[in-house]
Parts: sequence; structure tokens; C-alpha cells
Amino acid sequence: MIARFFGGPSPRALLLLGALGAMLLVAPFVANDYLLTVLILILYFAYTGQAWNIMMGFAGQLSLGHAIYVGLGAYVAALLFTRYGIAPWIGLLAAIPVTVACGAVIGFLAFRFGVAGVYFAILTIAFAEFARIGFDHLDIVNASAGLFLPVAQYAHNDLWRLRGNPAMFYYVILAATVLAFILSRILMTSRIGYFWLAIREDEIAARAAGIDTFRYKMAAVMISAAVTAFAGVFYAFFYNNLFPEQVFNISRSIEIILGPVIGGVGTLFGPILGAFILTGLAETLNSAMLHFGFDLPGAKQVFYGICLLLVVLALPNGVWPWLARRLGVREGSR
Amino acid sequence: MSFDVYLNVAVGGILTGLVYGLMALGLSVVFGVVRVVNFAHGEMMTIAMYLAVVLFSQFHLDPLLMLVPIAAVLFVCGYALQAGLINPFITRPEHSQFLLLVAVGLIIVNSLLIIFGPDARSVQTSYAYDSFQIGSLIVDASKLYAGAAAILLAALLFAFFRFTLTGTAIRACADNYTGAQVVGLDVKRLYALTFAIGAACVGAAGAIMTLIIDVTPMLGPTYTLLAFVIVVTGGLGSMPGALLGGMLIGLTEAFAGLLFTPSAKSMFAFGILVLVLLFRPQGLLGKRLA
Repeated sequence: MIARFFGGPSPRALLLLGALGAMLLVAPFVANDYLLTVLILILYFAYTGQAWNIMMGFAGQLSLGHAIYVGLGAYVAALLFTRYGIAPWIGLLAAIPVTVACGAVIGFLAFRFGVAGVYFAILTIAFAEFARIGFDHLDIVNASAGLFLPVAQYAHNDLWRLRGNPAMFYYVILAATVLAFILSRILMTSRIGYFWLAIREDEIAARAAGIDTFRYKMAAVMISAAVTAFAGVFYAFFYNNLFPEQVFNISRSIEIILGPVIGGVGTLFGPILGAFILTGLAETLNSAMLHFGFDLPGAKQVFYGICLLLVVLALPNGVWPWLARRLGVREGSR
Repeated sequence: MSFDVYLNVAVGGILTGLVYGLMALGLSVVFGVVRVVNFAHGEMMTIAMYLAVVLFSQFHLDPLLMLVPIAAVLFVCGYALQAGLINPFITRPEHSQFLLLVAVGLIIVNSLLIIFGPDARSVQTSYAYDSFQIGSLIVDASKLYAGAAAILLAALLFAFFRFTLTGTAIRACADNYTGAQVVGLDVKRLYALTFAIGAACVGAAGAIMTLIIDVTPMLGPTYTLLAFVIVVTGGLGSMPGALLGGMLIGLTEAFAGLLFTPSAKSMFAFGILVLVLLFRPQGLLGKRLA
């Protein structure tokens, strides 16, 4: 397994990876709190992008409603913590089955009835919207009033209960991103990864070749949902508040997608690179506007939209395949 | 609650639904022909709504009269958008098209936010509080005019696609892309024209919509979704389906608002979508999927 994992990329790619890893590891010692928060946001989107990429990039199933898995994961863990004092890591064990079940329901309904392509994408949006409005009226989760986690000044970091300073959260999400990357790498080169590739490229041909397409599409949705569950738990404990209107909002789903699409769908580095580009761009804009005292609501998003437009027009396959060629590294981009 | 209440709510819902249907018709036409999912559809409608609001507040021009020039403006915008941005994307994967139009939507929403601010704007016509009474049935004048205008425009659109040469050519592009090219149709131009017609449709719907609801910049994404729900429910690419879907969703929303709470109304619309996708994935009036 280890040999196979390191066997793929060229030494040059490993060197780049090592350099990036080292930089990320020492970041909390040099970065201030603001920069650290930005880095946490970047890694969060790298993580969720990686999770989405398993479903879309590998298996070709377009989900436009990934916020539902983030939201469910967040609510399950937060509810267990606030009501029963159950630690988030145990909460995660409860959150994963819930999101997997939700993914299984969506997948089962769609794939059984031959709902595919755009229709499937719209079904995923519909479920996320359904959850948003449903949670907005669900009293057990405080409905639209929102669910709050107790916030206090912590003398020392409590990793088990995920209470502490940004540096702790930074290392948690960094570790999660690395694990998601490794999982993606393993999945990509495994048997199931090749089945997914076949399904993505030509589902009818894949079925003709004897692949149980229903089963592997279900697996893609469920694995992606399970990975995304942790992002929800992290979201809940990092932000300490949950509103259905925000967590399940379609903009959240779109934010998850933007990173991997900008970076390169179906690649391993795409989601990470895309998260750096997008969040970096947004935050640079923020501070630039703050610096020049230019405060016009919406101006940032317009500029953001124009940048997005330019990237999509200029680099249809994403930035990573182009950058990888420039750097002379070959990554198993599919 | 008496029968009268239900009847009133049903009629109101259907009239609103007709305007929804006209809006969704724009999306349906574009998807049926160009095969591009316009994720900036609702955002385009908010542009039309703001045009109507500005024309009314500055010059006291009635939205129902202004829907023709507003539709014309949107027509030009739609043509430019398809010819300039979307045509190169028609052969690209769905997620790529999706991102392109999300970017367009993002720019529209936030440009409107910069220009008009986040507050809701409305049109106060002289007949805003009028109503007609037929027996125990009371119908808002605004909703009645809105529904009638929507039906009229939808009928014009049907006639255009059915009886004109250009309409027939566009249907040919939708049926068989390669075949249309073989017989010498300028498919790219027809695509741009189709998108322009779709945009004009949603422009007219937007102008009419100002009679029924207030406009905020954030309305765009919500109505994009609503248009999708309607089109998929009615059957993607089916024009009568879009109208039927609109009425069905309008009815559902009206009854959900009456029997549960208005804020939960779109949940029921999504519920209908899920049911339709499960039991009739091609939509109520759609053709069988391949």
C-alpha cells in the first residue's frame, strides 16, 4: 500500500509536496491570527473540495447540494455536544452514519429510477433546500433561531472536545486535509477508482463490461458523504453557531464546488490548489478594500465573479493541469 | 375553513403560477434547444424587475405596458450573452457550463446590490388594492392582470415556435444538431436567438412579477431554483409542461402557505420535485428519456 502510494508521483512532485507540507506545518508559528483563520478556511475548502471530487471528479456524479452533508454532520455533532455533552469525535461517529444514510437515500432514489446528469444535480439541490427549510422549522434544532455552542476563553486546548485556539483548529483541519488527500489517492488507484473512471467516461459501456454501476455509484455518493460529515463537525465547533439558513444554503454548496472546479476536477491537487486560489483571492480583495477604505457591499463579489469568469474561460480544465505541465510534474489527472 | 377560502387561495395560486410558468418557459426553451442549463435565470429576472421598478418610480410607467421594452432589453442581453460567452461552452461538460453561469449570476446579483442596495423595492400601481368579486370568489386585480398577461405571452411564444420559419428552424436545432447543420442552418446564431427569446420571456415575466412580489437583489438565486423545479416538474423542453408545472407549484405554494406556514412553502415545491423525479423523471408532460 505504502509502496503503491509513493510509487506514482515523480520525485519532483514529491519534493513540491514536501515543501508545501513543511510550509503548512510551521505556518502557526509565523502567521498571525487573521492569516491563520484564512489558512483554516483554505484548508476547510480543500477538504470539502476533495470530498466532492470523489463523487464528481472520480465517479462523474454532479452534486450541487453538498451542503446537506456538511449541515447534517454539523447538526448531529453539535446537538449531541450541547444536549448530552458528547465529545465531537464521538459525535462524528454518529454524524457519519447519518450523512451516509442521507447520501444513500438520494443515490438510491436517483440511480434506481435512472435520474442522471442535470436531473441528478437538481435532485441534490432539492434535497439540500428541503433540509434547509425543514431545519428552519424543526424545534429540536432550535429552528431558525440557530444552535449555539458554549463559547469561553480556554486556558489550554482541549483537543478531545475541540475547544481551543485557532492554532489547534488549524492542525486539526490540516490533518484532515492530508488524510482526505491520502484517501483520494488510494481510491483513485484502487479497483473501485478504475470502476468509477469507467462509469464516468461511459456508463453504458461500463455496465456492458460487467461493472455493477448502481453499486459503485452508490459507493461514490456514500464515501463522499461520509468524508464531508467531518467538515460539518469541524464547521460547528469552529464557528460555534449553526443556522439552517446559512449551513444548508445553496451558496455553501456552490462554494464547495468552486475550489475543485477552478483547480481541476478529477485531479488530486486540484481541490487544494483551487481552495488556495479562491479563498486567497477573496481575502486579498477583502483586505485591499479595507486598506483603501472602499466599502461598497457587493463590489467584492462582482470582482470575484469576474475572476471566476476569466478562469473558466481561459482554463476550462482547471488551473492544476496547466500548472502541472508548467512545473513539469505529472499527476494522475483524469 | 370554508370552501370559499380554498377556492380563493386556489385561484390566487394558479394566477401566480401562470407567471411562474412564463418565467420557467424561458428556462425550458433555452434548455430544450441549447442544452445549456441557465443557472443565472432568476438573476436575469431580477434585472427585469428592477427595470420595471425604476421605470415606475421615475416615470410612472405601468409594468404591464413596460413589459415589451423590458423584454426587448433582456432579448439583447440574452443574445449577447449566448453569442459572446456561452456558445464556446456548448460542447463542454455540465459542471463547466454551470460555473460559467454561476459566475454570471454572481456578477448580476451583486451589481444590483451595489446599484440598488439590499432593501426591497416594489411597484405601487393604482390598482394594487383593487379586486374583482364573482359570487364568493374574490380575485386580486393585480394577480388577474398578471396571469392574463402571462397566458397571452405564452400563447405568442407557442405560435412563434409553431408557425414561423425561424421558430421551425430553432425546433430543428433542438431535434437534431448535426442534421440542422447539414441542411445549412446557422446553429450558433439560432442558439443565440433562442437564448435571447428565453431571456425576453423571463424579462416579461419579471416585469409582470413586480405586480405580485417585491424585489431584492437576493431574489435571483431563489427564483433560479424555482424555475428549475417548475421546468423539471413539467418536463424539460416541454413548453406546455412549463406552464402546467408553474401552475402546480403556484397552487402548492398557496396551499402550503394557507395550511402550514408561508415560510415553509418552497419545501413543498421541492417535495413535488422529488416525487416527480422519482415516478416520472421526464416530467409531467416531458418526452421519455433516452
